[in-house]
Amino acid sequence: MLPRAAWSLVLRKGGGGRRGMHSSEARGGGKMSPYTNCYAQRYYPMPEEPFCTELNAEEQALKEKEKGSWTQLTHAEKVALYRLQFNETFAEMNRRSNEWKTVMGCVFFFIGFAALVIWWQRVYVFPPKPITLTDERKAQQLQRMLDMKVNPVQGLASRWDYEKKQWKK
Amino acid sequence: MAPEVLPKPRMRGLLARRLRNHMAVAFVLSLGVAALYKKAYADFYRNYDVMKDFEEMRKAGIFQSVK
Repeated sequence: MLPRAAWSLVLRKGGGGRRGMHSSEARGGGKMSPYTNCYAQRYYPMPEEPFCTELNAEEQALKEKEKGSWTQLTHAEKVALYRLQFNETFAEMNRRSNEWKTVMGCVFFFIGFAALVIWWQRVYVFPPKPITLTDERKAQQLQRMLDMKVNPVQGLASRWDYEKKQWKK
Repeated sequence: MAPEVLPKPRMRGLLARRLRNHMAVAFVLSLGVAALYKKAYADFYRNYDVMKDFEEMRKAGIFQSVK
């Protein structure tokens, strides 16, 4: 029993999802009470606390009726009981949103900002490039690699035609 | 409820079955790739003359021990 109570406490703390992370002390949620309750999520489908805990008279009567046989309940009553227990249906809670557009927009914005910062750094901060990166030096490097016949089986030297002194077609 | 009952799907051993199938496919593919690789090396070394290669490298001037 004790581990189960601890586990449910962990779930309650983490089961709020993106909203309702703080389940405050005054947990008597009315019908529209955001940010005071842990809503059910796909990964937390059966919270311990019902969504509405303050029930008016007819809702309490309905709760009493729920204690009897459920076949006596009409369809509208079953829906009302569901709405008392849960905030949203599965279809409602799993609805897609347009949040990804905001996310992608912010990602691209900050990437662009970083690009501007790096450009400024390239102009004002970076030292000059080493001499080995000039074209002449790179050509000398490549010539030396071909002289050494690096990777002659499948690699660089296998692509070079040593008779005609050009790359193989 | 549907009138006819669907057969019960596989409940256990799913990862084991997946691993077994993937191992078999990977083994066969690796044999094929190894064959290609070995062919490339065999072709290279069939008519390979070490001394001629060495002379070419020596004339190119990359060695420090022989000129």
